[in-house]
Amino acid sequence: MNYEAVIGLEVHVQIKTHSKVFTRVGAGYGHEPNTLTDPVVLALPGTLPVMNKAALDAIIKAGLLLGCEIAPVCKWDRKQYFYPDSPKNYQISQYDQPICIGGSVEIELPGAARNIMGEHKKIPLTRIHLEEDVGKLNHGASDSLVDYNRAGTPLMEIVSDPAMHTAEEAYAYLTSIRHTMIYGGISDCDMEKGQLRCDANISIRPVGETKLGTKVELKNLNSISFVRDGIAHEIKRQLAVVAAGGKLIQETRDYDGQTGTSQSLRSKEMAHDYRYFPDPDLMPVQVDAAWKEKLRAECPELPFDKQRRFLRDYQVPYTITSVLIPERGLSDFFEASAQLAGPGRAQAVGNWIANDFLRELSAAKLPLGASKITPASLAELVGLVEVGTLLNAAAKEVFVAMFATGEAPAAVVARLGLAAVPSDAGELETWCRESIAANPKALVEFKAGKDGAINAFKGPVMKAGKGKANPKLVDETLRRLLAGA
Amino acid sequence: MTAPADLNIDRIAELSRLALTAEEKVRFSAQLGSVLGHIEQLSKVDVTGIEPTAHAFPLHNIWAADIARPGLAVADALRNAPAQRENMIVVPKVME
Amino acid sequence: MSVPLHFQSIAELSEHLAARRISSVELTQAVIARTKAVESRVHAFNSFDEPDALAQAVASDSRRAGGQSCGALDGIPIGLKDVIAVSGQPLTASSKMLANFVSPYNATVTESLQSAGAVLHGRLNCDEFAMGSSTENSAFGPAHNPWDLTRTPGGSSGGSAAALAAGAAIATLGSDTGGSIRQPAALCGLVGLKPTYGLISRFGLIAYASSLDQIGPFARTVEDAAIVLGAIAGHDPRDSTSFKTEIPDYRAELKRRRGPWKLGIPKEYFGAGLDPEVGAAVEKAIAFYRAHGCEIREVSLPHTHYCLDAYYVIATAEASSNLARYDGIRYGHRSKEAKDVLDVYQKSRAEGFGDEVKRRIILGTYVLSSGYYDAYYLRAQKVRTLIRRDFLNAYREVDALITPTSPLPAFKLGEKSADPLAMYLCDIYTIGVNLAGLPALSLPCGFTAGGLPIGLQLIGQPFREADLLATAHAYEQAHDWHTKFPSL
Repeated sequence: MNYEAVIGLEVHVQIKTHSKVFTRVGAGYGHEPNTLTDPVVLALPGTLPVMNKAALDAIIKAGLLLGCEIAPVCKWDRKQYFYPDSPKNYQISQYDQPICIGGSVEIELPGAARNIMGEHKKIPLTRIHLEEDVGKLNHGASDSLVDYNRAGTPLMEIVSDPAMHTAEEAYAYLTSIRHTMIYGGISDCDMEKGQLRCDANISIRPVGETKLGTKVELKNLNSISFVRDGIAHEIKRQLAVVAAGGKLIQETRDYDGQTGTSQSLRSKEMAHDYRYFPDPDLMPVQVDAAWKEKLRAECPELPFDKQRRFLRDYQVPYTITSVLIPERGLSDFFEASAQLAGPGRAQAVGNWIANDFLRELSAAKLPLGASKITPASLAELVGLVEVGTLLNAAAKEVFVAMFATGEAPAAVVARLGLAAVPSDAGELETWCRESIAANPKALVEFKAGKDGAINAFKGPVMKAGKGKANPKLVDETLRRLLAGA
Repeated sequence: MTAPADLNIDRIAELSRLALTAEEKVRFSAQLGSVLGHIEQLSKVDVTGIEPTAHAFPLHNIWAADIARPGLAVADALRNAPAQRENMIVVPKVME
Repeated sequence: MSVPLHFQSIAELSEHLAARRISSVELTQAVIARTKAVESRVHAFNSFDEPDALAQAVASDSRRAGGQSCGALDGIPIGLKDVIAVSGQPLTASSKMLANFVSPYNATVTESLQSAGAVLHGRLNCDEFAMGSSTENSAFGPAHNPWDLTRTPGGSSGGSAAALAAGAAIATLGSDTGGSIRQPAALCGLVGLKPTYGLISRFGLIAYASSLDQIGPFARTVEDAAIVLGAIAGHDPRDSTSFKTEIPDYRAELKRRRGPWKLGIPKEYFGAGLDPEVGAAVEKAIAFYRAHGCEIREVSLPHTHYCLDAYYVIATAEASSNLARYDGIRYGHRSKEAKDVLDVYQKSRAEGFGDEVKRRIILGTYVLSSGYYDAYYLRAQKVRTLIRRDFLNAYREVDALITPTSPLPAFKLGEKSADPLAMYLCDIYTIGVNLAGLPALSLPCGFTAGGLPIGLQLIGQPFREADLLATAHAYEQAHDWHTKFPSL
C-alpha cells in the first residue's frame, strides 16, 4: 500500500515590541537573568495584566499579510497548566475566539536546478492567535534554574491546516513565514534566539484516504533545517512502524537534531486539562475597519509578489531575485538603485548586489544599513561601466574603494586614474582609423570574410591607449569603420 | 450528604496540584457534594438565548502604548524566592 | 473631648488636626496605644509597623507645618486588609502560603491613600485569601467581634471591621467579593461600602474572584466613608477593568442630595432564614424612610434564589485559576518534603493552604474541568446575566433598594465552621450585588436585645455612589447608632 504523510505546523513567532504583551517592563533577548521582570511578570499577588497595543497591531498586520480574516471581536482566555517557567501557572491565550482566522502561506518548493524557480502553492491556515511566552529553564546537574526574562514576551501562534505532505513543504512553509514576518517588521525570526519556534503534527495514511491517521506531535524543532530533517525522520519512522505491521500511537516526540533521532515524551506528564475560561482581568478587543485599513496601508508587498515583479519589470534572473528577495532591505536597495540606473541596467545592478556588495558586507561584518554604498552611488557606477568609461576589472576596484570610503564612483575613478582611455570617443576613432590604414593586408582578409582579422587592428589601438582602452568600444568602433571602408 | 458520583476527587486534586490525605479526600468530597447538590439548581434556570456575563461593565480595547518602563531590580524580584542561585530561581531538576 | 481620639471620626479628627488641637503623631500614638491594648483580645491585625506609622505621622505633621496639608485624610491612621499590597510590608492574605512574603510594590489604593496623606497603620486579619464569612479561615487565628469577643466580626474583612470597631484605626479598607465588607460592617456596627465594580482599582489587591472583587472603605460614619471613597476612587491604567468615570466630591454631595428617593424592597430578601430581630430593625429603617417622604415600593428580583449558586461557581472557578500562582516556586511557602517539581506544587500547596481555600480550589477546578464547563461555568455566567437584569429592571422603578445586610447578627466563633454550606448562606443578601457589579453599603440600624449591632443594606445604581451615600446619610443623621462604641 502507498502511504502519504500529512503535516500540520504550529509556528510560534515572538513579536518584536519594546515592552511585554501584558505589562510594560522591557522585552528583549540576551539580558542578565531576571533583569526584565516586574510584579506582573513574576505573577506577584495582586498584579493585573494590561494589553500592549503594539502587539495587537503586529498580529493584525501578520494576519493581513497572510490573508486572514481579522475577527471583529476577540477575547482572552486562561490556559491552565503548572510549569515552573509559567509564573501564573496559566498562560493568557486565545481559545475559541482568535484574532486571525483562515488565510494562507504561499510557499515555493525547490526547482529542478538552482537557477530554476520551483513550484508555488498555498498552504491554508487555521488561525493565528496572540499569547504570552514563558520563562526559560536552565538545567543543571541536580536542579534547574529559572529565568523569567522571556516570560510575557508577545508570542503569536500560527496554526496551519494539516495540509502539507513532505518535509520540503514544511521547510518551505517555515521559510516563507519567516520572510513574511521579517518583511512586515513583526519579528526578527531568529531561531537561535527562540524568536521562531516550530512544533509539527505528523501522521500518515494510505493514499486516497481522507481521514487523518494517528497524530504524532514533534517538538524541539529549533532550527529550520531541523524542521526538515525531523519531519523527514518522523515520516520514515512512521512508515517503518506500519511496514513492520506495528501500530502508531498518539504521542509527543522530542527530536534531537544533533543525533537525528527522536524519543517519546509521553511518560513525562499527567494528562492535561487546560480548563480554558475567559480571563476576567482583560477586556475583549474590537477591530474596526479603520484600524484594519490603517495597518493594511503599512503592510509591505509580500516577498513572492515582489519577486514576481522583479522578474517581470526588471528582467533580472531568478537566481539574483532569490538572493535579493529574502532580505527586504536588500531588495529595496536593488529597486532604488535599478530605478536610478535607468532602463536596461537593472540586471547589472542586481549582479553587483548579489556578488560584490554581499561579499564586501560579509567580509566587513556589516549590516546593509551601515554600508557606505548607496543606491545612487551603485547606479552611477553601473552607468560608468555601461558607457565605457570603466572597464569591469577597474570597476571592481572602484567598488571596493567606494565601499571602504563612501566616495562617489567618479571621484574614485579620478583619484586612482582608472578611467578607460581615451575618455573622448573621437580620439579612439582616430586611433582606429590609423590602425586600419596601417594594415591593408588585414583589411583585405577581413573584407574577404575572415572575422578574426579584426584582431590585427586592435593591438595598435590598445597600445595607443596604454592598455586602458575599452575593448568593447574598440571592437564596436573598428567594425563601424570597417563596414564603411 | 455523599459525594456526587462524577466528582473524581483524585483527578481534581491532581489538576489543582493539591496533595490531599485520604481523610481530606473523604471529607472534601462529602462537603463539596452538598455544595454541588445546591448548585445543581442552576440547571433549572431557563437560559435559552441568554448571553453570559463575563464583565459587569464590559469595555473593549483597554490597552497601553508600547513604552518600556523599568521593572524590578533583581534583588527585589528574588527577595521572596524560597531558593535562588546566580540570580535565578532554583527548582528541583525538571525532566524534559 | 468626651469621646477618646481613637473613637472619633475622620471628619472630627481632621478638624482637630487642621486647628492644631492635636498632631498626627499624637493621634497615631493614641491609635497605636489602643491597638496594643485591645489586640490580644480582638486579633484584628496580622502585622503592624509602629516606627513606620509614626514616621508617616511625622511626615504629615511637617507637611501641615509647611502649609502643604493634603486634605481630610492627612495624618489619619487607616488600616488595610492584608490583601492589599504595601511596598516593604508583609502581604499574607492570612495564609501560611504567604506568611513570609514582603511586597516589593504598592497597590494603587495604597498609593492613593499615601498621596492623600493617610498614615497607613497595619495589615488587617481576614479569612484566608478573602474566602469566608467569619475570619475563622485565617491561618493566624480568628478575629473577635469587639461587641462580644466570643463572636465573629464577620468576614472575610473581619479584621478591618474589628479594628475599626475596637478603635484600633480611624478607618480601614476591606475587599468585597460576595459581601466581605458589608457583612462584617453589619456585624460590627459600622458603615461598609462596596463600590461599583470598576470604580476602585484592583491593582495590588490579592485576587480571589477577579470579576467580583472590589475594594471599599469601612468607616464610623457615612461622611467618613465618603471621604475615604473620594481618595481611592478613579480610573487606573494598571487595571483593565477600571472604569473611566467622573469622580464627584462625595462628601460635598451628601449635603446636596437630599431625596426624597423611591426605594424598593425586594420581597425575596425578607423570607425564611432572616433573624426576626434583624428583620424588625430593617422594617423600622424602612418606616423611617417612608416618614422622611420616600416612596417605598415592593419590587421583585426573581433570580435571587440562584445568586448563591452562580456565585459559588463563578467565584471558585476564578479562584482556582487566580490561586494557581501560589506554587512555592518564585515566592511563598515551599514544602521541605519536596523532591521534585510536582512535589513542590502539591506539597507546598497542601501545606500552605487551609481547608476552605482547598475546598474552593477543588470546586473551581471541577466546574471548569473538561466536560463540565458548559453545565456549570457558562450556565452560571448566563444566570449572572439574568440576576443583573433583575436589578436593572428594578431600577426602572426605584432609585435604590433596601434589604438586611446579613440574615443574622454576629454568630459565635465555631458555630458554623464545620458546615461550609451554612457559612455560605450568611452571604445570601450580599452576593447578588457582586454578581451585578452594583454599589451597596451597610450601615448600622440598631442592636439586638443582646447588644449586637444590626446592619441595613442599601443597594444603589452603577457608579452612583454619591446618591447611595446621601441616602444612607439621611438615615444616619436621624439616628445615633454610630455614636455607640463597644466597651472593651
